[in-house]
Amino acid sequence: MSMETSLPRTELTSPVGRGRIASSDAIRVRGDGGPAIDGSSSPQPSPDTGGNRAERAAIKNPRSEPHFVRIAIITIAIAFLSIFVVLPLILVFAQAFSKGINAYFAALSDPEALSAIRLTLLVAAISVSLNLVFGVIAAWAIAKFEFAGKTVLISLIDLPFSVSPVISGLVFVLLFGAQGFFGAFLASHGVQVLFAVPGIALATLFVTFPFVARALIPLMQEQGTQEEEAAISLGASGLQTFFRVTLPNIKWGLLYGVLLCNARAMGEFGAVSVVSGHVRGLTNTMPLLVEILYNEYQFVASFAVASLLAMLALITLIAKTLLERRLDERDVP
Amino acid sequence: MHRLFLAAAALLWAGSAIAADITLLNVSYDPTRELYTDFNKAFAAAYQKETGKSVEIRQSHGGSGAQARSVIDGLQADVVTLALAYDIDAIAAKGLIGADWQKRLPQNASPYTSTIVFLVRKGNPKAIKDWDDLIKPGVDVITPNPKTSGGARWNYLAAWGFAQKKYGSAEKAKQFVADLYKNVPVLDTGARGATVTFVERGVGDVLLAWENEAYLALREFGADKFEIVAPKLSILAEPPVAVVDTVVEKKGTRAVAETYLKYWYSKEGQEIAARNSYRPRDPQIAKAYEKSFASVELFTIDDVFGGWTKAQKEHFAEGGIFDQIYKN
Repeated sequence: MSMETSLPRTELTSPVGRGRIASSDAIRVRGDGGPAIDGSSSPQPSPDTGGNRAERAAIKNPRSEPHFVRIAIITIAIAFLSIFVVLPLILVFAQAFSKGINAYFAALSDPEALSAIRLTLLVAAISVSLNLVFGVIAAWAIAKFEFAGKTVLISLIDLPFSVSPVISGLVFVLLFGAQGFFGAFLASHGVQVLFAVPGIALATLFVTFPFVARALIPLMQEQGTQEEEAAISLGASGLQTFFRVTLPNIKWGLLYGVLLCNARAMGEFGAVSVVSGHVRGLTNTMPLLVEILYNEYQFVASFAVASLLAMLALITLIAKTLLERRLDERDVP
Repeated sequence: MHRLFLAAAALLWAGSAIAADITLLNVSYDPTRELYTDFNKAFAAAYQKETGKSVEIRQSHGGSGAQARSVIDGLQADVVTLALAYDIDAIAAKGLIGADWQKRLPQNASPYTSTIVFLVRKGNPKAIKDWDDLIKPGVDVITPNPKTSGGARWNYLAAWGFAQKKYGSAEKAKQFVADLYKNVPVLDTGARGATVTFVERGVGDVLLAWENEAYLALREFGADKFEIVAPKLSILAEPPVAVVDTVVEKKGTRAVAETYLKYWYSKEGQEIAARNSYRPRDPQIAKAYEKSFASVELFTIDDVFGGWTKAQKEHFAEGGIFDQIYKN
């Protein structure tokens, strides 16, 4: 049942981490979220530049472990993944289709399910597009300028990663609740933020903020400012520079960030649960509806909605893999 | 492919166009989902017949305390139908509902009542007959968190009331309840969560449950898996209903909201309550459904605890008796 949220959430640990081991005979060390994307400029000593011959030999041959160790490690990894990822995923679909395909589609075309799907898409669209703008601006500021308090800004961007989603939701209750900071002001102007679309969008915006910025910062830092400087010295305006030089350079990283941002926006449960008010057919997103239906013993309906989220996770996974390949091609000339 | 996508999109957005003449929001507690599904349908039909206007009632369900909190924080509920008077008092204390709310409708504004019973696994393998059996070693008791769940507070008070009557002092009652909570492996936030823990996940030997929730579990999962055990003595739970004054004034829905709640006191309303295993107030309907409820001697919260405000302060407030016993 927690599948649909846990898949995108695993990205938390490494929003941009794409550490991998090349299959060639030399290990390429890649920066994991650090400033350097390319291994050659990473702080770790590169195997090609330092160390004596023995060391190099050891590094050069990562397959020196005995045969059984390798088999054991691979078996453990596969078993772990099967039990914790593949099996639950299969079970979600098995439950969803347990009463046949008609029951499945009946569950999905229920007005409450449609409303939840609609709300989820709307909220994701709002939060992803806003985060796209803010993320690019924040990453731009951090990567291209030097200013006092820059590290504080970076930490602040990471804050939603380290704060429990429930707290993220409660923050907005404290701000926009009827008893909250802006409560009286909002009430007197007849604006409903909490327990309505704006509140849900805000909470989602908050928890998904780091994805775009985090994907862009290392990329933009690595690229430096020379190309922009060149463009400007050739007479390009600020906007021209951005759309002709910066954007083409970061587009794959940006897509990557947007993808993860979207996955989390659609899957978010905790923060949204706090600010939603759980009004049926109105303020329930898909993850909330999954829980509600489950608690009403409507297992087929619950897992039908869950299967949609799971499918989203799978699509995200595939798109992410393709994008990573794209990003890697850019790194390796 | 494109056309398919467009069709799906059209289907998605088309659904949003349903509009009734009047929309009410009923913020309720956890186990009333099925009850209000029935009741809302019946009321909408009756109202349409009476006035020619269509009314749609939206529902929100959750732990009673948490739901009250949401209304205080600005959830625009026309009516609240919560698990206990204290939660509505909390909303009234913020000025959203008049302080006299419980006098506005008959019978303490509680059109249906319930009590706390035990749900055990088929064959009652741990031989649970009454409250005393719950504190035996090796018996796992499932009950939600009294801090967030109304049902859990009724559970707690029912146990306390039993022990006080049987052992004669508050001190001994405290010891009894402390022993009981030692047997509780997990505290869910709401009554429905606790039911799912017991029924679905198979945790625990006995579930302290609303009578209506216990019967619902029997209906949903079959009487071949669970049994209801009625203790000899339990508490009369009165889940109250109220119109949220500030919201209905703003939305102009006071008349409908009041009609909606009054419908509970009609024969149809009482019948719906009884069918959903809530004890009806109407003597005739109660008589007709006598067999659907266990015979349990009931005490009220006023008798034993001097009302909700006092009980809440003594037992469930920060640093209250529940905090003291659950810490140890």
